[in-house]
Amino acid sequence: MATMATTAVQTSSVGVPLRITLQRVERRRKLRAFGLVLPLLLFIVIAFVMPIGRMMFDAVHDDTLLVLMPKTTAALSVWDGKDLPDESAYAALAGDLKEAWSQKTAGRIGERMNYELSGVASEVKSSARKASMLSAGPYKAAMIDISSIWGQREVWSLLKRGRSAYTAFYLLRSADFQYGPESQIVASPPENAIFRDIFLRTLGISIGVTAATLLLGFPLAYLLATLPARTSNLLMMAILTSFFTSVLVRTTAWVVLLQDHGLINETLMALHILSQPAELIFNRFGTVLAMTHIQLPFTLLPIYSVMKSISPSHVRAARSLGAGPFYAFWKVYFPQTLPGIAAGCLLTFILCLGYYITPALVGGPGDMMVSNFVATYTNEQLNWGMASALGAILLTATLLLYFVFNKLVGLDQIRMG
Amino acid sequence: MSASAYASPIEKGWYYLHRLICGAVLLFLITPILVVIPLSFNSVPFFTFPMPGLSLRWYEEIFMTERWQGGLRNSIFVGVAVTLLATVLGTIAALGLSRPNFPWRTAVMSVLISPIIVPIVITAVGTYFFYADIGLLNTYTGLILAHTTLATPVVVITVTATLAGYDHSLTRAAASLGASPITAFFKVTLPLILPGMISGSLFAFLTSFDEVVVALFLAGPEQTTLPKVMFSGIREQISPSIAAAATVLILFAVTVLVTAELLRRRSERLRGIR
Repeated sequence: MATMATTAVQTSSVGVPLRITLQRVERRRKLRAFGLVLPLLLFIVIAFVMPIGRMMFDAVHDDTLLVLMPKTTAALSVWDGKDLPDESAYAALAGDLKEAWSQKTAGRIGERMNYELSGVASEVKSSARKASMLSAGPYKAAMIDISSIWGQREVWSLLKRGRSAYTAFYLLRSADFQYGPESQIVASPPENAIFRDIFLRTLGISIGVTAATLLLGFPLAYLLATLPARTSNLLMMAILTSFFTSVLVRTTAWVVLLQDHGLINETLMALHILSQPAELIFNRFGTVLAMTHIQLPFTLLPIYSVMKSISPSHVRAARSLGAGPFYAFWKVYFPQTLPGIAAGCLLTFILCLGYYITPALVGGPGDMMVSNFVATYTNEQLNWGMASALGAILLTATLLLYFVFNKLVGLDQIRMG
Repeated sequence: MSASAYASPIEKGWYYLHRLICGAVLLFLITPILVVIPLSFNSVPFFTFPMPGLSLRWYEEIFMTERWQGGLRNSIFVGVAVTLLATVLGTIAALGLSRPNFPWRTAVMSVLISPIIVPIVITAVGTYFFYADIGLLNTYTGLILAHTTLATPVVVITVTATLAGYDHSLTRAAASLGASPITAFFKVTLPLILPGMISGSLFAFLTSFDEVVVALFLAGPEQTTLPKVMFSGIREQISPSIAAAATVLILFAVTVLVTAELLRRRSERLRGIR
């Protein structure tokens, strides 16, 4: 009887052990839960993660020369890079350029080479046109005669590097390095060495804005956390209104306020405090001011939510034990707000690194941040490799900082409203 | 908390200084936004107070001229499509995520909310390169899909938060009474999470309606949205019509914020939290 009861418990009706049945049910449940998430997961992966992954890949991948000049790049694999290559490489070059001329791809070759050696684009194009009229060799003298660039070793080094579909050029350029005439890595000449400056400027603006938001946000967060609920809710509505107004609208407001004939200048001139408009916009001051205004709620809200959780009895206890008001605040209250300060400041700092709209509308040419250069290289310069490299560096920095943020505070702290 | 009667003069001084600083910071936060609203009613095309007269001419311009009207129409069309897509995809995903023992929850959640973590220019440029390849540049479909990726995290976060307060035994009770999973969802779960879904979808709409960077890269002249018209307007010649458009966007954001707050209170009341 006892044996029968045990068997009845351990096996279900069809004779499968209960443990297995439960496992199956559990697995089916998991699969069903995963099935619900799958449509969105697939959508995000295809429409978002993959395009961005490809952009990161484009930072090191460029097969323009390999595809458009196949014969030349193949012929250069035996070139030692010391003297000019021999006749066979020149013959391959002439062949590739003829092909490029008939396929109308000479412009793209020229542009690609121009990224690394500025000024060669037009030479490459005219060489392709002239090479299409060459009928027979020897090509070496003929090509150098067509354009002197084919007598330069650095041009050939560049073509030899084109043998590989992968290039470190864009990333090197982003750190103000480039390839020298013998494919060695050298510092960029001053006219190209702008990128360290851009990254430092982005860092500087972000640190400045973070500090400013902390300075302004901390006292206000303290007030909100200590006021009675009714008053603090009212003030919170003001902060949330600002928080939920779009970045574009708030930037517009600052343009209206700061421009030469904007509200501040006109008012100060009407009051005869100024005789001519002060330069408030299109400079660092305007950029940092507008960004501080936009970021203030991001720094303030995490600090506020931490302060809300600090019991007022701690400070009272410190006071009753004889601590002065400032000593009690500094030794008892302030250390407990540090997690909020860390979360708010880190979040603001990360968001500042990626600013685009505000520097574009309120900043001058000297205030453009990394994002602005990513946009310029995409839309105006049409140098997608450079845009990808700068974007990849910005994205890597952002993701690393979010990783730190996640370790410190947890990503689920990011809430909407 | 007020300055207590037994506080020393220095303490009182600090107390009032703190109040003064807070007043100044609040003013700094809210004035720029409030100043734009009256200026949109200015009768002359300048940004000065006192205004010589009031007029609705800038609103007439943004609601009547083709450039602004087209922008508004596109923004609403794209916004509605994005809201529908994001709400459906986001809610279904949130339902799955809130099931107990969801596998690899942290990893999946990081992927799902990644669109609000990546800097917006990176998203715009990455999508731009991708769309250039597959021919979705300058199409409504492209813009709607890109905005939907940005809007779904908002829905997922809002609905997951609502579901965290949802009592799953209610679904089980419905099932034990013979309801199919579909019936249980529509009759029991949906009415209870509806406030969260509505606020999620409102924020999704706001995300698309306010978005400018992705639109700058992906939208052609046909798909120009209201923020895009504003952006180019600020770059060329800033006129009070931009202040009028900004006012429309501010009013819209405030409406969404207030509605979401009311919904949250209602849902708390219904569940007897307060």
